[in-house]
Amino acid sequence: MNKFIKWGLLVLALGLLGAGWWLGLAWAPPDREMGDVQRIMYVHVPLQWMAMLAMFINFVAAVAYLFKASWKLDSAAEASAEIGLVLGTAGMITGAIWGRPTWGVYWSWDPRLTSEAIMLVTYTGYLVLRRFVEDPEKRATWSAVVAIIGAINLPIVWFSVRWWRSLHQVQSSPRTVDPEMVLPLRVSAFGMLFITLFFMAVRYRQALAERQAEVALPDALPGDVPMSASHNPSKVA
Amino acid sequence: MTPVARNRIIALGALLVAGAGLAFVAFGDIGENLVYYWSPSEMLRQGDKAYTATIRLGGVVQPGSIQWNAEHTTLHFRVADGVQEGAASVLVRSTETPPQMFRDKIGVVVEGTYDKSGVFSSNRLMVNHSNEYRAPKEGEDPNKWRETLSDATTASTGTGAK
Repeated sequence: MNKFIKWGLLVLALGLLGAGWWLGLAWAPPDREMGDVQRIMYVHVPLQWMAMLAMFINFVAAVAYLFKASWKLDSAAEASAEIGLVLGTAGMITGAIWGRPTWGVYWSWDPRLTSEAIMLVTYTGYLVLRRFVEDPEKRATWSAVVAIIGAINLPIVWFSVRWWRSLHQVQSSPRTVDPEMVLPLRVSAFGMLFITLFFMAVRYRQALAERQAEVALPDALPGDVPMSASHNPSKVA
Repeated sequence: MTPVARNRIIALGALLVAGAGLAFVAFGDIGENLVYYWSPSEMLRQGDKAYTATIRLGGVVQPGSIQWNAEHTTLHFRVADGVQEGAASVLVRSTETPPQMFRDKIGVVVEGTYDKSGVFSSNRLMVNHSNEYRAPKEGEDPNKWRETLSDATTASTGTGAK
């Protein structure tokens, strides 16, 4: 990867996150009902948005893989599912931290929280399946099927607060949020987007190197095995 | 069949299954079985079925109904369908410290049991927030909710500062 793009992306991401969180913590007003607790919004909301985005990329990559098989698409699917799961888990933890002082509870089995939990379990299952299947082609095909079916979680999570009664409020919009709060949220969301893309690029390259090492001819090994594949003894032997 | 054709058929099959699953969730009326809470009027309509089972009741805190007994540390208030006068409501007793945003007219969900005496004994009191985020109005101190906790009888919407 182009070093300029790679490090530029990271610097841009950290810069925007730093600026967005500074604006959110020091510049934006507190919420008139929640007070300073509301400031966790600038972390929780970007995390959940980017988790959704990463999982959507996973869906697109899975569909594309089945239509036109390529290790690049399979690697993109793996990278995006992992990053989506990490972001979604962090989003759920920050949500629980926000829930305790505002709702009074860390957790309740309301439709939004329940569907989010099912979504995280689904993507955990997806990643577990990938590690269980040895044959790269079978792994890519089977996991693509799980990814496509698992993607129905995304609209369910998104619309859960509109379809059913829940403790979690419905989506806010710039009309329901004061402009001084929208700005820090936007800046942090873009920061989170760029850090997501950075993680995705790094993880994608690792996954692709692993795939290529797995499918490489045995006689091409072990001399040019990339480091990332050396933990797979069956292929090195 | 070539592997490419096979994969495409698998993709279409998976998309079909996913679409059908989503349609079922979205339009299949499973909301009937997914009721997170009953409103006061819905609960009262259940009659005997509402008694003794652990249920959730959701609505808004009826204005002026909050009574805090400091001696017995019990909190009484009425949960109503809405803020308008004459909305169906249920008396709730809670022994918990309410969350800091608890006040008149705020949305609440209580978990507990309803009995024949007409009192809902809550063992979990949750407050829900709307999707609105606003800066404090002139002269308002948003952190004062914490102080009003100890004096829940006078907790109001905070317009007294003007």
